[in-house]
Amino acid sequence: MSMSRDDVRKALIDSILAVAPEADFAQVRPDRPVRGQLDIDSFDFLTILEHLHEKIGVDVPESDYGKMMTLDGSVDYLAQRLAATRAP
Amino acid sequence: MPSLGADMEDGTFIEWHAEPGQKVARGQVICVVETQKGAVEVEIWEAGVLAKLIAAPGQRIPVGQVMALLATGTEDWKAIAAAAASPAAPPPPPVRAALQPPVAAFDASGAAPPLSGRLKVSPAARRRAEELGIDLAAVKPSGAHGAISMANVELAAAAIEPRDAQAAMRDAIAAAMSRSKREIPHYYLASAINAENSIAWLEKRNASVPIGERVLFVALQLKAVACALRETPELNGFYQGGKFRPGPGMHLGVAVSLRGGGLVAPALHDVDKLSLAELMARLKDLLRRARSGQLRSSEMADPTITVTNLGDLGVDTVFGVIYPPQVALVGIGRSAVKPWVTDGAIVPARIVQATLSGDHRVSDGMRAARFLVELDRLLQQPESLV
Repeated sequence: MSMSRDDVRKALIDSILAVAPEADFAQVRPDRPVRGQLDIDSFDFLTILEHLHEKIGVDVPESDYGKMMTLDGSVDYLAQRLAATRAP
Repeated sequence: MPSLGADMEDGTFIEWHAEPGQKVARGQVICVVETQKGAVEVEIWEAGVLAKLIAAPGQRIPVGQVMALLATGTEDWKAIAAAAASPAAPPPPPVRAALQPPVAAFDASGAAPPLSGRLKVSPAARRRAEELGIDLAAVKPSGAHGAISMANVELAAAAIEPRDAQAAMRDAIAAAMSRSKREIPHYYLASAINAENSIAWLEKRNASVPIGERVLFVALQLKAVACALRETPELNGFYQGGKFRPGPGMHLGVAVSLRGGGLVAPALHDVDKLSLAELMARLKDLLRRARSGQLRSSEMADPTITVTNLGDLGVDTVFGVIYPPQVALVGIGRSAVKPWVTDGAIVPARIVQATLSGDHRVSDGMRAARFLVELDRLLQQPESLV
């Protein structure tokens, strides 16, 4: 079973909301660095990755953190990573 | 009511997590108190059997006031409870009028409502009080024969205005920081530290463990700070009553900024003795509880030095204000790639600025500089900090 981009985006947003419940995604620019927009520090970021791992089984190595700067970029990266790790 | 920080005058009682007759161990959470820094789980500081619970939800209680009676050793808790309930027992210490909550339904005239004996309450009023979490002993009766009516309960509930938590926290920070700048002659030291060894070592370690076991650089920094303090014990402790008292351990206050503003700096205990993995687990637990307002009294009361890491905000250097009665504060900025000279060659390296704010009544820059040198040395050999 493969996840659609919308599923990935929803899992990402749910994971962010778990650490930043006040986040208003109507105000977030999806093409700008997301951590600054939502006050997400390195501890929050790690927590978000733990939530993502739980929800959709994606394991993001530290060396790929740079690919998760923006919301749009994160969705692209996560979808690719899932496809790559799920491929037979 | 314990003092949960040097600037605390009183706390609002929330609820009991224990009941009369219950055996309690030292350090056990027995109740929750709301302070200017949020809700705190209060741990009892002596073992025994709880004889009588005196504090009631909604009461604002000054530091030092009796909240409960405890039977220790061979004492009989029932006898203590009975003695406290009898009319001959001395009344609880009077509360200064200024510390009474500004609530009309609370009797601030000095005639304390009877804490013992049966209150006259209509059944509907009793039910309503339970729903609203109102302490009936604090409700002023107006019904026939001094009975408490439902209207009295509603009035009492309306009078307890929710305090603006944000404003209260800002007041607490203002009070502590004003005192610090008024009383503490600060000096400041800074040092650029090559963090390449530490960060590369962590990256390698983290690549080989599951996501839940990754260690953040801040945890390694805390361990290094705690171990470096062994060199300079005069930075770790309290200045009280005109003299320095060394801390009983390396209890690092971790400055945590809260969503929506404000900050708290609860303690991680004995950081120098924790393994890196355990330190990271405790740090996660502490940060989660700090942000959800579930800190414990020992964490609020006893940090021996504070560490602030503003690296995530993208600043290079932070010179902190010491949190009294502590005598030093360590600041660590972001790690940024900069040119660094090693063996005569210029190489790119991740550099962090470490700073120390010290209290000149207790220590001098010359000695304190050794702390930053030692911190640098330890961060060059991260494998020694496991």
